[in-house]
Amino acid sequence: MDKIRFATVWLAGCSGCHMSFLDLDEWLIDLAEKVDVVYSPVGSDIKEYPEDVDVCFVEGAIANEENLELILKVRERTKFLVSFGDCAVTANVPAMRNMLKGADPVLRRCYLELGDTTPQLPNFPGIVPELLDKVRPVHEVIQVDMFLPGCPPSAPRIQAALEPLLRGEKPVMEGREMLKFG
Amino acid sequence: MSVKTLKIDGKEIAIEEGATLLQAAKEAGIRIPTLCHLDGITDIGACRLCLVEIAGINRLLPACVTEVSEGMDVQTNTPKLKEYRKMIIEMLFAEGNHVCAVCVANGNCELQDLAIEMGMDHSRFPYRFPERDVDVSHDEFGIDHNRCVLCTRCVRVCDEIEGAHVWDVGFRGAAAKVITGLNQPWGTVDACTSCGKCVEACPTGAIFRKGATVGEMDRDRSKLDFIVTARELKQWTR
Repeated sequence: MDKIRFATVWLAGCSGCHMSFLDLDEWLIDLAEKVDVVYSPVGSDIKEYPEDVDVCFVEGAIANEENLELILKVRERTKFLVSFGDCAVTANVPAMRNMLKGADPVLRRCYLELGDTTPQLPNFPGIVPELLDKVRPVHEVIQVDMFLPGCPPSAPRIQAALEPLLRGEKPVMEGREMLKFG
Repeated sequence: MSVKTLKIDGKEIAIEEGATLLQAAKEAGIRIPTLCHLDGITDIGACRLCLVEIAGINRLLPACVTEVSEGMDVQTNTPKLKEYRKMIIEMLFAEGNHVCAVCVANGNCELQDLAIEMGMDHSRFPYRFPERDVDVSHDEFGIDHNRCVLCTRCVRVCDEIEGAHVWDVGFRGAAAKVITGLNQPWGTVDACTSCGKCVEACPTGAIFRKGATVGEMDRDRSKLDFIVTARELKQWTR
């Protein structure tokens, strides 16, 4: 059997979900025997999200134009997409800026009002991705096949979700160990 | 007092007249999920989690404020009820700003526990991200309206048990919020005895002890008995 083409992407999140993924420790060696890591900030050095990905774990909310562009590409090129962690599932902490209503008030608050020295708005079109007005969870932007909440999901929770997926089965998402937010 | 006999989930139950379906179910060992209910204070049927199906009645009724009657045939856990309960919890999450990861009550929260119980893995409703404020003017306690689900347990416990009636509900519709005094900063409300009953009663991290940080607000739910017994034991403050 061909190896499962596995990817992870990191959008608007703190990378904690990926760190938790690395917490799988020696089980990662077992995982490596079953999957080809075709794209991942912690598992490969490929810059372009490839075609024909079987399973992708998406960490983070959709907060800027780069996140949006990447998630649309990821959806198009992935069979089974998992919302990985609270930022992907609920928009979580990155979305706390939504209460300020819009990208401009957020930038002004952070870079002008709270700017200690030489306050100025960051503006590098084409280099620094523009913020979207509203941070949204992944499933409000594209269709999601499975949700894996947690901030971050613990390594055992990630393993319990991944193991059935590797066998081509959908994991049972029930109970505190699999579902607790935060 | 006369006794009523009824069936809950097929189980025959006899209970005194005037009891609620929630009490009858509890006595029969059947768990009906609740959020706005708190033993010892008046039930108001606000959260709708305890909705049940009753044969012959074509709408769902909240068990906490529905009295038992002779021959009732009640179902508490049908697929329809489970789906509605899950939707209610999803709507509560989408309605406020509930960020478990940075909440004092993370791990000690009735809303979070209910989400697990209902099997909620995400909200199917778009998040509203309302603008809500935080009042930390009180010396010991604070209220973060972002985390409030308007169960009004604080309002009822302060009025009915403490007798201070510091809390109430102000404004209407989506703007409704619990207020202290006449919508004054909590710390300036003389009527507050700082008894902390509202802190114990709050199901989420909305009303908290100052100084608690993420996950530190460990409410000992067994101490909620205090809310019921405080008057007899004359425990006016704690």
